[in-house]
Amino acid sequence: MSDPHQPPDGANQTQGRAAAGITRRDFLNEISAAALGISGLGGMAVTVNYISPNVLFEPPARFRVGVPEDYPVNSVTFLRDQQIFIVRVAEGFVAVSSVCTHLGCITQWTPEDGLIECPCHGSKFQRDGIKVAGPAPQPLPHFSITLAPDGQLVVDKLSAAPRSQILKV
Amino acid sequence: MDAPWNETLFERLRDNWVWKSIFRRGPARTNRTRSLAVFGNLLLHFLPVKVREKSLRVRATYYLGSLSFFLLLLLVVTGILLMFYYHPAVPQAYLDMKDLRFVVSNGLFLRNLHRLAAQVMVILVFAHMFHVFYRGGYKAPRQFNWVVGVGLLLVTLLLSYTGYLLPWDQLAFWAITVGTNIISWMPFLGRPTRFLLLGGNIVGENALLRFYVLHCVVLPLVGLLLVGVHFWRVQKDGGLMLREQNGRESSIHNGD
Repeated sequence: MSDPHQPPDGANQTQGRAAAGITRRDFLNEISAAALGISGLGGMAVTVNYISPNVLFEPPARFRVGVPEDYPVNSVTFLRDQQIFIVRVAEGFVAVSSVCTHLGCITQWTPEDGLIECPCHGSKFQRDGIKVAGPAPQPLPHFSITLAPDGQLVVDKLSAAPRSQILKV
Repeated sequence: MDAPWNETLFERLRDNWVWKSIFRRGPARTNRTRSLAVFGNLLLHFLPVKVREKSLRVRATYYLGSLSFFLLLLLVVTGILLMFYYHPAVPQAYLDMKDLRFVVSNGLFLRNLHRLAAQVMVILVFAHMFHVFYRGGYKAPRQFNWVVGVGLLLVTLLLSYTGYLLPWDQLAFWAITVGTNIISWMPFLGRPTRFLLLGGNIVGENALLRFYVLHCVVLPLVGLLLVGVHFWRVQKDGGLMLREQNGRESSIHNGD
């Protein structure tokens, strides 16, 4: 070849052997990079998986809260350990979350005002959880409350109940 | 003329194989050997070989960056000492904090030194940032170092935040409850991020251990790495910004 820009003959032969357009060195470099990339991503994935716990030692989400006779009609009872209000209205029972929907503080039932109030940022709710005032963006959610065969009330915090649902006893 | 006795003593101290195995160079008597002394030293190689006297004046920097760095060193030392008496467990963490205040010798002093130094450091880091900003130190060629500085600001704030949970008192518990609920408002990734950070759905034992590991291992390592890059960039970008007599901004180059 007379063209000075062409590589020497030896290199040309190497290119000729790599008929598929890739040399052995490039091929090894590429699969090594791909293997490193895959193991890097896999390493990150299993690490995130590792630091995400599978078993939690947290209070149970489903628990018994006593018999209906424990709660007088038209009362709001705060259960400190379960962080809920058991509200008994004339028609029956609802279980209202006591965790403020703003930033997670525990709200308090204030009988003088007849409202549930948050000590952190001043949100106020009716006893059925409807927001009256404050920065909270949503009403306090209701949890499912049922009557077990042994006559005890059972609350399940994993299952939300519609606002209209009232347990009639 | 004979050298003074203390210089002779120092010469004899350096003239043996132990010293020479650590510092692999002769005495720093010429400009060349002085430069080698700086280049070959793990700690000093962050520093320029020569500086103008002007750049060492208080008005040049108000020492804000240096003070932040020395507070970081103070926090590392006091933090390591506090770790000897602290268990990141519920409710032992709170009892250990109380012990540090009322039972352990000088524990009150060390705990308060750590706590107050942390608060002063946040103030100083902000002051350093404002000073650099108003002097125009974020402009080319120092843009990258400004970004590294923002990273250091974030590490400082995250260290403050993670350290806040460790006493395990009411203030700590509710601050972290509110703070991690703010995280959960982030779109899409909010709830999973909060779950990973707390190691659960509530601020409990897992959260305390995670914040402890972040506070004592992960964030300090990231911070020290960024500090190294930060100091290195200061030199590579031409040293400190200085105001010349005629009001023009100029920079001091290495060995200039």
